[in-house]
Amino acid sequence: MSALELSHIGLSLGGTPVLDDVSMHVASGEFVSILGPSGCGKSSLLRLLIRALQPDRGEILVGGALLEESPPAFAFMPQRDALMPWRRIIDNVILGLEVQGVRPAAARARVRPLFATFGLDGFEQHYPAQLSGGMRQRAALMRTIVQDRPVQLLDEPFGALDALTRTEMQRWLERRWQHARWTTVLVTHDVREAVALSDRIYVLSPRPARIIAEFAVPDRRPRLGRTLSPEAVRLEAALLDTLLTPTGDRS
Amino acid sequence: MPALLRTFLTSIRRSLPAILSVAVALAAWEIYVLVSGISALVLPAPSRVIGQIAANRALLWANTLPTLQATLTGFAFSLSLAFTLSVLIDFVPRLRRALFPVFVISQTLPLVAIAPLVVLWFGFGLTPKILLVALVTFFPMLIALVDGYESTEPEIEALLASMGASRAGIFRRARFPSAMPYFFGGLRISITYAVVAAIFAEYVGARSGLGIVILNAKNSFRPDLMLAAVVISSALTLALFGATALLQWLVLGWRQAGAVR
Ligand SMILES: Nc1ncnc2c1ncn2[C@@H]1O[C@H](COP(=O)(O)OP(=O)(O)O)[C@@H](O)[C@H]1O
Ligand SMILES: [Mg+2]
Repeated sequence: MSALELSHIGLSLGGTPVLDDVSMHVASGEFVSILGPSGCGKSSLLRLLIRALQPDRGEILVGGALLEESPPAFAFMPQRDALMPWRRIIDNVILGLEVQGVRPAAARARVRPLFATFGLDGFEQHYPAQLSGGMRQRAALMRTIVQDRPVQLLDEPFGALDALTRTEMQRWLERRWQHARWTTVLVTHDVREAVALSDRIYVLSPRPARIIAEFAVPDRRPRLGRTLSPEAVRLEAALLDTLLTPTGDRS
Repeated sequence: MPALLRTFLTSIRRSLPAILSVAVALAAWEIYVLVSGISALVLPAPSRVIGQIAANRALLWANTLPTLQATLTGFAFSLSLAFTLSVLIDFVPRLRRALFPVFVISQTLPLVAIAPLVVLWFGFGLTPKILLVALVTFFPMLIALVDGYESTEPEIEALLASMGASRAGIFRRARFPSAMPYFFGGLRISITYAVVAAIFAEYVGARSGLGIVILNAKNSFRPDLMLAAVVISSALTLALFGATALLQWLVLGWRQAGAVR
């Protein structure tokens, strides 16, 4: 059964059509990327899932149940890290648990062992402003993961980082994901990133967004830090082609 | 708390130029009075004013307390009102459009006209002082809070909503803390207005207070005693200003943390 299934989603914002008939599915344990040009409606798609927006048309199923009727299924990582500058890192990380009703002391005890895994050992008591961009992003990711929700939604998590830090973070995420196999929906406009991290990739057209292609990534993991296979290189070229000639007639 | 001590010493060092320029101005004043032989009934020398503070310390102290009480009570009243209304406005945006025009108009009323009326209605006790302090400080504090709530990062609100937080939870965890820097900005300005408003209310009509000392000194042609009361009221204002700065430093510790890196 799919962890997540969208069928024929349509959405307009302030009279502007943003999403036009989007259908996709994500299996449990799968890493799926949504690739599309800036402003095509990727963030809006995630906002539908966290129910900050309502679709005009279509249906969203979570674990087989309608989104409105299913228990909270998504842990969301917004486009900017959205760490609260007045909270220490550990208190930012437990935010989701706190909202779920876990007592702060218990929540802190639960997340403390994870700081080493996320490369934040010793920074529990720091404030976000004292951390580098990469560390802040890892803290935001940790805040997402510890909520222990069935599906992780990541909105361009590395978009604001410099190239070197971004590569480092992608490698780190690949290693973590291979261990944990979180069901993940990654939104990005970075072809390299999508190919490196995903099981499958959906390509969106410019606004109003439709799905113009779907690709499975054949390569074995880990992919980063090695030469890509000829298939993956061809896939990157095909993705770039699709994005640059977004008429949709390639698929 | 050595960090607090360090901050204190740094601020002393930073204020040295200010202390120096004030000292130079006072010295020039003293010398001018000495050389020109101007009457103390027109322009008393700083040394004479200080002498008056010493000579009248019992009177000044007895009248500083009522002013301090009026300032703090009025300001506390105004703060609680501003906070309560800011929360109501945040949850019921329509209230904002209903109430803001009234508050804006309240800020256009000239204090010289309002103060005697308020004294006329409420007598010479504490009540008119409290009301005038509140009238002057309420709106700036309300604006600071409401603007502060609005400054919340939308991504943080979306994040909290995605976690299942209620509107009240979002207010408590995001909107209220986001408003704190704005709140303290408003607090520092308003506390100085509050002292001035309390003294003005006393000047218009009260049984005691620094405003009364100033009024009586004026009526008996004693500019030296007037200035002595002014020095005390300035010291009071500075002390309250310092207290808010200290409070801000304690509450917004995370901002210093960010500045250090
Ligand atoms: N409230 C709104 N009213 C009108 N247009 C909007 C609104 N919110 C977003 N949009 C438009 O929807 C499009 C998609 O936005 P978004 O989902 O943030 O794109 P992406 O994340 O792919 O860059 C953008 O072109 C944006 O201008
Ligand atoms: Mg976006």
